[in-house]
Amino acid sequence: MTSSETYNYKVVRQFAVMTVVWGVVGMLVGVLIAAQMAWPLLNFDVPWLTFGRLRPLHTNAVIFAFGGSALFATSYYVVQRTCGVRLISDKLAAFTFWGWQLIIVSAAVTLPLGITTSKEYAELEWPIDILITVVWVAYAVVFFGTMVVRKVQHIYVANWFFGAFILTIALLHVVNSAALPVSMWKSYSAYAGVQDAMVQWWYGHNAVGFFLTAGFLGIMYYFIPKQVERPIYSYRLSVVHFWALAFTYIWAGPHHLHYSALPDWTQSLGMVFSLILLAPSWGGMINGIMTLSGAWEKLRTDPILKFLIVSVSFYGMSTFEGPMMSIKTVNALSHYTDWTIGHVHSGALGWVGFISIGAMYYLIPRLFNRELFSMKLVEIHFWVATIGIVLYITAMWISGIMQGLMWRAFDADGTLTYSFVESVQAMHPYYVVRFLGGLLYLSGMLIMAYNIARTIMAPVAVKQAAPSAA
Amino acid sequence: MADFVSGFWNWFIIIPTVIGIVALFPLIFSNRGTKVPGEEAEKTGHIWDGDLEEYNNPLPGWWLNMFIITLVFGIVYLVLYPGLGNFTGMLGWSSKGQYEAQVEKAEADYGPLYKKYAAVNIETLAKNPDALKTGERLYANYCSGCHGSDARGAKGFPNLRDQNWLYGGLPDQIKTSIVAGRNGVMPPWEAVIGADGVRDVTEYVLSLSGRQHDVGAATKGKVQFDSLCAACHGADGKGNQALGAPNLTDRIWQYGGSKESIIETINLGRNGQMPAHKDFLGEDRIHVLAAYVYSLSQEYEKD
Repeated sequence: MTSSETYNYKVVRQFAVMTVVWGVVGMLVGVLIAAQMAWPLLNFDVPWLTFGRLRPLHTNAVIFAFGGSALFATSYYVVQRTCGVRLISDKLAAFTFWGWQLIIVSAAVTLPLGITTSKEYAELEWPIDILITVVWVAYAVVFFGTMVVRKVQHIYVANWFFGAFILTIALLHVVNSAALPVSMWKSYSAYAGVQDAMVQWWYGHNAVGFFLTAGFLGIMYYFIPKQVERPIYSYRLSVVHFWALAFTYIWAGPHHLHYSALPDWTQSLGMVFSLILLAPSWGGMINGIMTLSGAWEKLRTDPILKFLIVSVSFYGMSTFEGPMMSIKTVNALSHYTDWTIGHVHSGALGWVGFISIGAMYYLIPRLFNRELFSMKLVEIHFWVATIGIVLYITAMWISGIMQGLMWRAFDADGTLTYSFVESVQAMHPYYVVRFLGGLLYLSGMLIMAYNIARTIMAPVAVKQAAPSAA
Repeated sequence: MADFVSGFWNWFIIIPTVIGIVALFPLIFSNRGTKVPGEEAEKTGHIWDGDLEEYNNPLPGWWLNMFIITLVFGIVYLVLYPGLGNFTGMLGWSSKGQYEAQVEKAEADYGPLYKKYAAVNIETLAKNPDALKTGERLYANYCSGCHGSDARGAKGFPNLRDQNWLYGGLPDQIKTSIVAGRNGVMPPWEAVIGADGVRDVTEYVLSLSGRQHDVGAATKGKVQFDSLCAACHGADGKGNQALGAPNLTDRIWQYGGSKESIIETINLGRNGQMPAHKDFLGEDRIHVLAAYVYSLSQEYEKD
């Protein structure tokens, strides 16, 4: 019996391929809007090509289409392999795949048409929100149902993180998307004023915390030890950082609303828990990187491992930067500037992007029973993408800090030294550099798409390794 | 405090926060673990998917210390600053208090300078280079969004560099426009005079500034103009600064001077809003700003 009969690999294959496809699409839109920031003429005066409509398309495509597909693929793969059982329902798993793709296509149609709730990262209107809820419940049933029938007594750490991610996203999505529909494509939030803002950022920050962090830590906990062929560094560290992370993240949302109408006590709590979040976040980084101890030389020769380990390094950097930016005095400088964009992208391109890319390079040859077409191209992809990230985030750091300093500069007569448009003008060269960084990252993704396509289309299947279902 | 509707919510915030932070201490200390230096850490003994195993290394000391430092910082912060429900913190800090203190300090620091400027009349102040520099920065931050960085305006937003004024270009008139704002309302006429009436009035309006027009239609339009438009724009079409009604006999057009634009203006009306700046800039700063805007029109005269 081969493992493709033991396990449901079909749905994993589908999600894995779509991870690459949506990665290319989402990043292409990102590069276009980055170019529009530098050269506004590129919106061509076409309403559905304007920044305001394409920006939510970009974020939805990279987070929920690219990132979401990567999470579905890896969690279905990992839960089967570490529980030693097939997914409990092939039909329900197929439903989650087609349902999720339908959601993505709906987003790609409605957002450029200007149909939006205007809630950041939750822009999709109520009919699509209901579909998300249905698919998510099916996902939870498949995932947890498979864990219930597992043949291995202990639950592997990756599954704790996938489980926390699935449960919390369900809660966040349902609460934040509560709305009163007034027509097929328009609804109003169930909350008003500052409460709406608070619920929105409770959702927004925990989408980062549980979708983009806990979920991808699940990927990290399986694919790093597999690729390194070494045990995880510390079980007790994973216990401590899992519970501390799950508990602390949920409070941190108010740091998005510093110096706003949000009550002072809420802002303080958001800041305090954001700072406490530093150590739990770094627990994951330590466990990822230290798993490599005793096998450091593999980093020189294995480009897939480079993706995985550099990813964890970016994770450590972003989760240091985040708590710092949540301190109110730092936030007074950084808020509303490009620094935030730089911070998000060091996490998105570095951590989420690289861990997903690394996992796909590991996964796809095994799923399709082929050798990877070219390891050399993986190496090139790694360097092109890394240079892209460095250009992107340094441009945004400089631009953001400059913006913040220009906005707060006063003259001796108490007037602001610069007008807003002067700060916009000063940002232009950095917007060009950011565009180039994004272009490099997209180029890397295209190299990957080619490499993966050649891998899948290769005629000769390699000999299947012995199944290891127990 | 008004943040909570009942005492329940106060404790709803305090209790989980305190328990949450305190509970992290036993979590990290009970899992700390030890290891004999130099020896490889023990494994947990679980194996998944063929070869997935776990060491059970102790929590790194530096990491543990960092965790404790952030926890202690959090506790101290919540003692000093508001955070635990209604407890306002031992420092008595509030964002409102901080804002008021900063505004007060700014008034103390900069107020005397503007008091000094306010005592000088606008014509004289418009020749003071320091005051003009200040005025220019005020303009760049508060006015350029609508009137443009070069003060030459845009569609619907008047050019401030010429001698043409909707509400008057005397220093005090400019100041009044900034202090109290202006609201220029032109009513829509399509429903009143119909499409033909609008076309005729448009031809007449074109004739007022000596532009190419249909004489027959303009003659019919004049009748309508005299009974409906003259009330604001004047019988001669030269406008009325008391109402902000534009002069129609010149070649300056607030909303565009093409035939289509004029038809649109008459059909739908216009509503020009200049916001009042008194409350957030204060009269003294506006005095300097008015001097700067006045100086722009004086430069024009010199050209």
